[in-house]
Amino acid sequence: MNSKILKQELLAPGHMGCPGCGASLVMRYVLEVLGPQTMVVMPAGCWPTFVGLYPSTCLRVPVMSVPFATTAMAAAGVRASLNRQGKSETNVLAWAGDGGTFDIGLQALSGAAEKNTDLIYVCYDNEAYMNTGIQRSSATPPGCWTTTTPASAPKVEPKKNIMEIMAAHRIPYAATASVGYPRDLMEKVEKAKGLKGTRFLHILASCPTGWRHETELTMEVARKAVQCRAFPLYEVWDGVRWSLTPMAAKTPVTDYLNMQGRFKGMSAPQREVFQTWVDEDWERLREKCGDNQAA
Amino acid sequence: MKKVIMGTETAALAAVLARVQVVAAYPITPQTVTVEELSDYIGKGELDAEYITVESEHSAMAACVGASATGSRAFTATSSQGLALMHEMLHHAAGGRLPIVMLNANRALSPPWNLYCDHTDSLSQRDTGWIQYYCCDVQDVMDSTFIAYRVAEKVMLPVMINLDGFYLTHTSEIIDVPDQEEVDRYLPPYDPADKVDVDNPSTYGCVCGADLFSSLKYRRQMETLAVEQAWQEASDEFAAQFGRSHAPVQGHNLDDAEVVIVTIGTAGGAAQLAADALRKQGVAAGSLNLAMVRPFPHQSFRRAVSGAKHLVVLDRDVSYGGEGIVAQEIKSCLYGKSSAQVHGFIAGVGGMDITEELLADMAREALGGQKQGLELGDSIWIKVLP
Repeated sequence: MNSKILKQELLAPGHMGCPGCGASLVMRYVLEVLGPQTMVVMPAGCWPTFVGLYPSTCLRVPVMSVPFATTAMAAAGVRASLNRQGKSETNVLAWAGDGGTFDIGLQALSGAAEKNTDLIYVCYDNEAYMNTGIQRSSATPPGCWTTTTPASAPKVEPKKNIMEIMAAHRIPYAATASVGYPRDLMEKVEKAKGLKGTRFLHILASCPTGWRHETELTMEVARKAVQCRAFPLYEVWDGVRWSLTPMAAKTPVTDYLNMQGRFKGMSAPQREVFQTWVDEDWERLREKCGDNQAA
Repeated sequence: MKKVIMGTETAALAAVLARVQVVAAYPITPQTVTVEELSDYIGKGELDAEYITVESEHSAMAACVGASATGSRAFTATSSQGLALMHEMLHHAAGGRLPIVMLNANRALSPPWNLYCDHTDSLSQRDTGWIQYYCCDVQDVMDSTFIAYRVAEKVMLPVMINLDGFYLTHTSEIIDVPDQEEVDRYLPPYDPADKVDVDNPSTYGCVCGADLFSSLKYRRQMETLAVEQAWQEASDEFAAQFGRSHAPVQGHNLDDAEVVIVTIGTAGGAAQLAADALRKQGVAAGSLNLAMVRPFPHQSFRRAVSGAKHLVVLDRDVSYGGEGIVAQEIKSCLYGKSSAQVHGFIAGVGGMDITEELLADMAREALGGQKQGLELGDSIWIKVLP
């Protein structure tokens, strides 16, 4: 595809996100592919707060801002309504952060996915409740500092594997992407756009405020996450056919961890736990993918 | 066309005749027949609508919000625990000014578990901004659904149609089912001035500062208070076309009544019989069926009881630490505007039968007769263990 950035620019200047916000770029890239015939349904999180104070908006597409737990099913209501009106070609984009997806919105997401509801669900994952001030979610990696996993009580559990959960619903398409690789991200949105049914995109969105990195490093950090396989890139078709996205050779997690203040307090054993989590998940993923590599 | 039909089946048939476009469905006793019937109507092609089998009531209302905001006529049904689970979404639907209509089968809240009639479920949602209508019989279920959509789409607020669990949900009566053409004449297609639309991008539910927030709330209160009049007009227009009235306040022998038995829901029938029985014994009694609780129909209610000295108020609910919710509402409505005494009785919670005799005895007690129950706070509890 021709991913020359950017022809439509549906994200207008003046959004209220933090400097260097990865999630704002994710929206920019996703909408570039989906285009103006798109309705966005989003719950509480960073995004609705920086769409704009009434009467302003930074998006040139309609937005429904809905309660936290409801993203996928409010979007399902929109989908049903549009279908009834003969507008089945309008894209419905359900858009939530990791808290809104992995935690409070998981039931509604499962409800929509189980029925293969025709929508594209994007989880922009910044690995904590950033809008409320950096609290742990089930997407937070082990050993990571947040305000509810302080150094005195660190998170020990691995990051929840949301992709396996979504694959278990046997939806037509699920993929991971990173804001650090916009071309790959947009190609995956393009693939999702070409399908019907529930399409799930799990997109890593670096967050200078919560991750404690310099604002100019947003893209770099998001690329490092992929390179060390803390956030590997892959696709799952129909919940069963897994394929790896070509990535640069695997690096130790240290480079990635050292770039961010949120991992600064990690002890050597905690770093080992992190590396072990990454290595084991990566091996499991490689087994599932076999020789499959995306074309 | 005359038909023998049950309350929950009637709600489904009314939704069909109202040509709802999106149905969100989740089962809960004693509402379930409504969503079962609707799936069958849609399956057989008798209703051209999208049917979403949601995974919770919270999601049912979320789906209705999505559908309604994008310009479709949306319907759902729930009860008790399901309504409580929806609480957040009830605020959202009303705040979003979405004309959703929902059936609620009034049922007790747990614990202890109880499937039977109780009004605490809906009355504890009275501050969510929904219009609340309580049906007295099966015909009322049919007719008030059409009135509900007509009013909702005029004032842009959602309506909760309440049916007493089992007493009404599972009772069959002979009712008049209007023809589709007649319903269409009364209820035109939903065509909102504003909707979420890709051809006119805007934000639904955006962030709003304190200054404008107060003004929006003020305006919503103003427009909600006007619903009493809007419903009355819609009821009058319904009566002109169909010959049946479903006003916010429905009185029986109130003109010279000194004692008025006030009920919501199906107890209205027993209240009429009780008032008639009291009349035969020389008591100037009447009854009042309070069909609308939100907005409270202040004008009609004050007018209806202007001559009364005693109001005998039945509550199938309680606000713990307060009193019966209907009695509370009535006191608030009449404060400083009437010298009538309000006698609050709590009875029939969790499915206990309310009989004509019981209501007549309550009225006698209010007039100085024998005590019927246990006095507690501002209420008298009927048939309870001390």
